[in-house]
Amino acid sequence: MNGLLAVADLSGDPRRRAHDRRMQRLLGSSAFITIIISALILFVLARGSIDFLKSIGWDLGVLRDSSKAPGWFPRRERFDLITIVMGSVLMGSIAMLVAVPLGLGTAVYLSEFAPTRVRKILKPIVEVLAGIPSVIVGYFALKFIAPNIVDPIFSPDQSRNMVVAGLAIGVLVIPIMASISEDALRAVPSSLREASYGIGARKSTTTIRIVLPAAVSGIVAAFIIATSRAIGETMVAAMAGGRDGSGPRVLDPLEPGLTMTAAMTNAAGGTDQVNSGAPFQVLFFVGLLLFMMTMGLNVIGDRFVQRVRQQY
Amino acid sequence: MPIVTDSQRSATRTQVRQAITQQKRHLPSIALSVTLLIAVTFTLLTLFSLLARIVTQAIPAFSERGASFLSGTIGSEPDKVGIWPGLFGSFAIGIGVLLIAVPLGIGAAIYLEEYAEQNRLNRFVVVNIRNLAGVPAVIYGVLGLIIFVGWLKPVTNGGTVVAAALTLAILVLPVVIITSMEAIRAVPMGLRDAGYGVGASRWEVTRDHVVPYAMPGILTGTVLALARALGEAAPLIMIGAITGLLPETSLSGKFTAIPMLIYSWSGRPDSSGGNIGWSNAAAGAGLVLLALVLVFNIIGIFLRNHFEAKRVGT
Repeated sequence: MNGLLAVADLSGDPRRRAHDRRMQRLLGSSAFITIIISALILFVLARGSIDFLKSIGWDLGVLRDSSKAPGWFPRRERFDLITIVMGSVLMGSIAMLVAVPLGLGTAVYLSEFAPTRVRKILKPIVEVLAGIPSVIVGYFALKFIAPNIVDPIFSPDQSRNMVVAGLAIGVLVIPIMASISEDALRAVPSSLREASYGIGARKSTTTIRIVLPAAVSGIVAAFIIATSRAIGETMVAAMAGGRDGSGPRVLDPLEPGLTMTAAMTNAAGGTDQVNSGAPFQVLFFVGLLLFMMTMGLNVIGDRFVQRVRQQY
Repeated sequence: MPIVTDSQRSATRTQVRQAITQQKRHLPSIALSVTLLIAVTFTLLTLFSLLARIVTQAIPAFSERGASFLSGTIGSEPDKVGIWPGLFGSFAIGIGVLLIAVPLGIGAAIYLEEYAEQNRLNRFVVVNIRNLAGVPAVIYGVLGLIIFVGWLKPVTNGGTVVAAALTLAILVLPVVIITSMEAIRAVPMGLRDAGYGVGASRWEVTRDHVVPYAMPGILTGTVLALARALGEAAPLIMIGAITGLLPETSLSGKFTAIPMLIYSWSGRPDSSGGNIGWSNAAAGAGLVLLALVLVFNIIGIFLRNHFEAKRVGT
């Protein structure tokens, strides 16, 4: 050695480097567990669905009840998918009718109109709403929305019905709608607003003609992700939907209805059923369908969110 | 004679001044403000009527029963039930989430932010985590039913609180990872460069600088995850939580949790005999759950402030 450093001297203490590599492997394996979880979810759902299809003898006609009074009656081996998908879509649509105006309105107010002080109070309140567990919203549906709002206005035959469940699911997804849209609105650069004010536009004109169009992809993302949550919501649909595991195909939202999620919880353990046979295995099939629907919506929603990030 | 007379000039001046300063009502502006205020008011009203309904309905359960509502066991008479089995189950689930989801989630977040190269595999891991965060809770219930209740029966003894804790830990794992990743990403690059500059290894920089700096954000994610795990009921139904009778609570037997009690009790009819109906019992359990969730949020905020104060000091 003539006093110069070799590369090996700069690479540090081998013990420390080995420790670093060990930590990397440890941390890496915890990251890859998430891949295993996804794979297991898919595997469990796919295997159960195949078992289900086997036990109905691959007779796909069972999945579309063509009798005079079609419906979801798993105990009688009548699995009319249209009944439960329609239940989910109906309740999801009612939920979005509530969540879009209230959530978007709150978001626009928070991001464009609220004075800083009001915003500082209001935003945590919306976050509290987001943290309320869904069983509590289910309780609220049964003990407040049904007797105090839906019964007096619509006077339905039964106080547990799809409107009650839909409204309550709407309450549950308002914060999702509000927070994602608010993020999108706040991501709109203030130079756009200033340019609009500069040519003499009013605040309302600026909001409607400039800010909202600029944030449209984020708002679409909020809508899609909120829809996915509404369709995947289980507890409120099971508590307030009004059907216990089986029911006829209905179009009237004031009738009791069944969602895909409620059908799943009922198949798993709502009743004294043995955990075998088609009436139990159908939960995997419905689960797979639900998984694909929500996953599709989430992927599309995420695309829109990414687009907001790229724009600004 | 001037082209514009003084009187004309002053008339124009007042006209312009009026146009600029007058409070003329512009209908669309008012309509928009009113619409927005109605939306905000409705959102707030919903929250307050929900809280009010829970609190007023819960009062009888607490004033009549007192502490025995917390320490009693579940049963078939609304004026005699207590939520102890639910408290036990929820507590065990909380511990499980802390022990499993938090270390795993923070570890994964550190790996993805500090170690992982920008390649296809790692991008896929991140996208996959985002998708997992959107999977409905009931699907995690199916996973728990097959994996933790079925395959891992020797470890969990079937549908026990251990299986429930594992299932809910898996359910909140994406939440912990995503919030921790955001916190770690917000750590200034200069902090890392300074560490590497004096010869620290990646792990040393992460352990001594990045993680402490990101701690407030990580804690917030942890608290959010805990609150979510305590409130979920759908996966518990799937893995077989019970709501009938539960004479003793254990880690290896049947179990229940507070959200399961709310679910079951609010569906039971309120045939009035005693002072406390099922809706009071359900509201009582609901108030306890809300209080727990709120307490966790307050702890989270407290810890965040504590760490932030420390960070400014260094």
